[in-house]
Amino acid sequence: MTQMTVNDAIGRALAEEMRRDSRVIMFGEGVATKRQDLLKEFGAERIRNTPLAEGVIAGTAVGAAAMGLRPVIDMLFAPFLCYAMDEIVNSAGKLRYVSGGQFSFPMVVMAMTGGGWGVGAQHNHNLEAWFAHAPGLKVVMPSTADDFRGLLKSSIRDDNPVMFFTDMTLGYTPGEVSEADGAIPLGQAAIRRAGKDLTIVSYSKAVHACVAAAQQLEGMNVAAEVIDLRTIKPLDEATLLASVRKTGRLLVVTEASGLCGVAAEVAALAAEKAFGALKAPVARLTGPDAPTPSSHALEQAYLPTAEGIAAAAKKLVSAGG
Amino acid sequence: MTTNDAELLEAMMLTRAFEEQNRALQAAGKAPGTCASVGQEAAAVGVIKALGKDDLILTNHRSAGHLLARGAEPGRVLAEIMGRSSGYCKGKSGSLHISAKELGVVLTSTIVGGELSMAPGVALALSMQKSRAIVACVFGDGAACEGSFHESLNLAAVWNLPILYVCENNQWQAYVHRRETMLTEKIAARAAAYGIKGITVDGNDVQAVHAAAREAAAEVRATKKPILLETYTYRTWGHYEPDDQSYVDSKELTEWRERDPIEYLKGRLLARREIETREIEAIETRVKQRIADALAFASESPFPSAAELATDVYA
Ligand SMILES: Cc1ncc(C[n+]2csc(CCOP(=O)(O)OP(=O)(O)O)c2C)c(N)n1
Repeated sequence: MTQMTVNDAIGRALAEEMRRDSRVIMFGEGVATKRQDLLKEFGAERIRNTPLAEGVIAGTAVGAAAMGLRPVIDMLFAPFLCYAMDEIVNSAGKLRYVSGGQFSFPMVVMAMTGGGWGVGAQHNHNLEAWFAHAPGLKVVMPSTADDFRGLLKSSIRDDNPVMFFTDMTLGYTPGEVSEADGAIPLGQAAIRRAGKDLTIVSYSKAVHACVAAAQQLEGMNVAAEVIDLRTIKPLDEATLLASVRKTGRLLVVTEASGLCGVAAEVAALAAEKAFGALKAPVARLTGPDAPTPSSHALEQAYLPTAEGIAAAAKKLVSAGG
Repeated sequence: MTTNDAELLEAMMLTRAFEEQNRALQAAGKAPGTCASVGQEAAAVGVIKALGKDDLILTNHRSAGHLLARGAEPGRVLAEIMGRSSGYCKGKSGSLHISAKELGVVLTSTIVGGELSMAPGVALALSMQKSRAIVACVFGDGAACEGSFHESLNLAAVWNLPILYVCENNQWQAYVHRRETMLTEKIAARAAAYGIKGITVDGNDVQAVHAAAREAAAEVRATKKPILLETYTYRTWGHYEPDDQSYVDSKELTEWRERDPIEYLKGRLLARREIETREIEAIETRVKQRIADALAFASESPFPSAAELATDVYA
């Protein structure tokens, strides 16, 4: 185990995968400038700067993937994905299907989301649900340095297009990273904390607030089980449902807004498949249906906090039988 | 690659007969409508027949001529249009996004401009593989008004990608005439803005298109730099069948129909005694038979089973 930040863990995963497979290439607005170490080791053919043209950056990845390369593109901030929706949703997500399986699209689209940086609405938007709703795409959103490395490695090795979201503030969070190959399969949630009284499900930065809330709850004699989804699609139904069946109570926490979001999906899943085990209605704690404000005070109000999560959990535990 | 005039003529006649068959099937309710390439056969055949067998193709929704000129089996294209499992994409594409890996057809894009956004990636892969092959990316004048046109040409120019951009300027953008959406007459002029070569050729003269495309393809192959080739032509049928073309200026339509690319080549070859009427009749007979066989093959092919609904989504 080595201690490193999430950003360094991402860099390490990229270098390891590029070393392992000569088909892996990376391009984007400034990647060759910002990842000098990769440029030095792998050369200008495999690490490229691009013009400011998100649509064709994504389209080029799709074309390269169709030809057997394994492109990783850095789209910078998630809202810029709006310029590349056609290429990601209509091409990357659909062309395997409409070609009857003739072509595959092994590519990774990286982007940053998450509040805490004061960059405002046009640089911060949690868009994971949009892509989870589109067929043919996978969606990964880790919370720890080791997961970032391990899940990025699996995303690069996956033969499908993968959306890989990094919460901006997590980038500078250090954590233990394993020495071994360390690839972590997509579609496996992690149980961050075991407990019997309720299940708290989350992903990305909000997981840390959930773990902090669970610590507070412990002092109130409530044992919360915290599940980190790690990948939104494929969704680890088995871990999720097993936990709900054990605890009988579910609180879903996301930074993204609620309507038609990941929390709604998780709640529906529990209602559909574990209804008999539920002792109380499923609760959701999500961001508001509002663009992200820039003002630090408002931005903090946007984010789920440990106190808010603990309060919601407490209420849930006192409700029902 | 050179193709003789009789081959060019036969490929154009096959495309025309295929489109006529499609229209009849659509009218009879046996197949969905399609975007026909009638009037543009010379542009399609002249360019595609100029490519090498390893070259790759990305095209748009009006792709029958490109597919057939590339050697696609009419029966499998028709089966795809009719939603049968023997089609090139197992019936999951329909007419609008046919791809055929075995023929090097990576994409038929129904998103106007989708082919433009993907082309640099396909060409990048060829260039990293040190391949001699090039990418032909065919699109319309409507696509040339999309942002992806600019992004694609600019990136391909900056990255030295071997792409032959082929704009089939057929004067129409669905139901909007090109004159309403652009102030310039020729798309090729835009090439200068990206620092690459732009050429316009008479898209109704298959020999001229073929010669220009051969030369351009050779230059792209040698220099690894993109070229923009514009085939100036006209869509003489509607946008999507059925279409009564009531919105079309009849004088303009008549003028272009008088320049029908198939009749034009026939007339020229006959006048110069480079072909005999007998040979043309023999081609006609062959083409008819191929279309009849195609129809029989497609009609007898099964529909995909409902179990296929959610296969091929993920690898
Ligand atoms: C992004 C997008 N916008 C609009 C359409 C609807 N549409 C289909 S074909 C077409 C016309 C395209 O014109 P052009 O590129 O000149 O090709 P042509 O049909 O003339 O061959 C339009 C507007 C579409 N398919 N995709």
